[in-house]
Amino acid sequence: MALAAALVWMLNLRGEAPVSDVLPQATASAQTVERGQYLARVGNCMSCHTAKGGAPYAGGRGIQTPFGTVFTSNLTPDDETGLGRWSADHFWRAMHHGRSRDGRLLYPAFPYTEYTQVSREDADAIYAFLRSLPPVKQAAPAHALGFPYSSQGALAVWRAMFFTPGATPTPKPVSAEWARGEYLVRGLGHCAACHSPRNAWGATRGGNDLQGGLLPLQQWYAPALTSAAEAGVAHWKTEDVVALLRTGQAPAQQASVSGPMADVVFNSTQHLTDTDARAIAVYLQALPQQAAPAGEARPVVAPAETLHLGARVYEQQCAQCHGAQGQGSPGAFPALAGNRAVLLSEPDNLVQLVLHGGYAPATAGNPRPHGMPPFLHVLADAEVAAVLTYVRGSWGNGAAPVSAMDVYQRREARR
Amino acid sequence: MPCLRLLMVLLLLAVPPWLHAAPPESVPTADDMAPRVLACVACHGREGRATNQGYFPRIAGKPAGYLYNQLRNFRDGRRSYPAMNGLLEYLSDDYLMEMASYFSRMDVPYPAPQTHNAAPAVLERGRQLVQQGDAAQGVPACVACHGTALTGVQKAIPGLVGLPRDYLNAQLGAWQAGQRHAHAPDCMADIARRLAPADVAAVSTWLSSQPVAGGGKPAAQPPGLLPLACGGLEGGLR
Repeated sequence: MALAAALVWMLNLRGEAPVSDVLPQATASAQTVERGQYLARVGNCMSCHTAKGGAPYAGGRGIQTPFGTVFTSNLTPDDETGLGRWSADHFWRAMHHGRSRDGRLLYPAFPYTEYTQVSREDADAIYAFLRSLPPVKQAAPAHALGFPYSSQGALAVWRAMFFTPGATPTPKPVSAEWARGEYLVRGLGHCAACHSPRNAWGATRGGNDLQGGLLPLQQWYAPALTSAAEAGVAHWKTEDVVALLRTGQAPAQQASVSGPMADVVFNSTQHLTDTDARAIAVYLQALPQQAAPAGEARPVVAPAETLHLGARVYEQQCAQCHGAQGQGSPGAFPALAGNRAVLLSEPDNLVQLVLHGGYAPATAGNPRPHGMPPFLHVLADAEVAAVLTYVRGSWGNGAAPVSAMDVYQRREARR
Repeated sequence: MPCLRLLMVLLLLAVPPWLHAAPPESVPTADDMAPRVLACVACHGREGRATNQGYFPRIAGKPAGYLYNQLRNFRDGRRSYPAMNGLLEYLSDDYLMEMASYFSRMDVPYPAPQTHNAAPAVLERGRQLVQQGDAAQGVPACVACHGTALTGVQKAIPGLVGLPRDYLNAQLGAWQAGQRHAHAPDCMADIARRLAPADVAAVSTWLSSQPVAGGGKPAAQPPGLLPLACGGLEGGLR
């Protein structure tokens, strides 16, 4: 037992260098701070480390997980409640090894499982930027996790099983651009946090395979970046991938972002330099692609009365924007015919969009986006299910029906 | 083993605020706004002219500063209504102002009031509170701020007539319960907390029984000095 505990502890501390407590005397150069600000955008730190309506980077936002709620920490340089007493070594240890200033193991809701691939130079720049922020005195609420998830011992076991600090060996770089894309996607961008499937222990399987992941509490599905049937972009033009990342839409592909990805574009990827956006695009396009599922689209088998109801709801609520034949309106409302987001086998995203609606993110490249109304108070579960079944089975679409129970479960789970 | 599910799915979905340093100018509305605000009309009615039946408030013709404040309040979490909070999450101040301006310029007729057959005693209590207030409880008259015709005052004080009773009840209740906040000082929160439940019902009942005078146009000025200090009255307009 003692031996096992020692092994777990050793695995948790592997690769760590001694940590200096010394705080920087001089302020960092404006150039470093600016670079750190950009990198913090790329890492989308602010999204999680800001409470709704609160001071930027002052933390306090609750991140809901299947194991409980983790509250984000205050990243402003306040001595008592923020990073004021953190040295650059402390910050590096958090980013690279997932340990706090006081040595506590950090919960991987903070994606150090990905940030561990960030370079020391970049981590130092982010540190310099965070120290340049106005300090905000705001202590984070205590995490609300049940036993055993609340214990450092359990966290140590999890880390021993699923976390190795440092970059994982990767295939030989295809090009410098590809290598930069890989660094951003697998490190700061932490794309795998959503786009990779997780096991029952909440760990991504086999690293950053980007084969699609369900976000259980949000009830959104982050589609596979490795499949042309989902969100793979191997067959797109590189410019279209860049446009999607930087503006939230790719008109040539009739594609736009919604749900959690709207957040990522709004707070992070719209700020990417063209060079970095292009590098990410090149890397994503080179990802090994899964074979398309066998078989042709099949006509949807659903009761006639369901399709009848669905057609009626569609005509009343949807056709004005999406067109009588699901053809959409280019640049404004997406086509539903042949739209791979409509045809995903997981109906989560469609249900969320119909219930809660949403605007595409307002970005410099698309400052006045169009939006989808929330139908939560307008349509009953059975009507939502019928119209989705109708849309998934019309105009050449051949995706499985959606049941009222599918809608009910996803509506209730997100409260 | 499977029962020992450990730790964290990393769900980095965020609801960060969009913090603009300076409020934007009122942007002249482009002609192509109509399709861009179709997401609003599913609840607020064609051209934002929801009737005062049901729950959803009319937004057509409200002062632009008021609408802009509310859009930002929903986006930044000062007002809690999940459908609105989610819808506006990733929109900019500029665009919200454009939407507010668009609906504020809608000049469409009001339907007849929908509340009928209210008890005379309730109506009288409501009328009294709206027209005169209740000095003993520190409640000023609604007309003192919202205008003699109760159709609101430029730039950021909303009209109170032409709205559903359920909506009015819900707003006063939301202020009492801390679900709705305005910019500080939040004078309406103070006033709402001084109202007894029966008084909330009386005010909402009387207001929703009134016809809308003068096409519902907001007044240019309040009738006199405002009885309380209220935040956000410039409505983000310069």
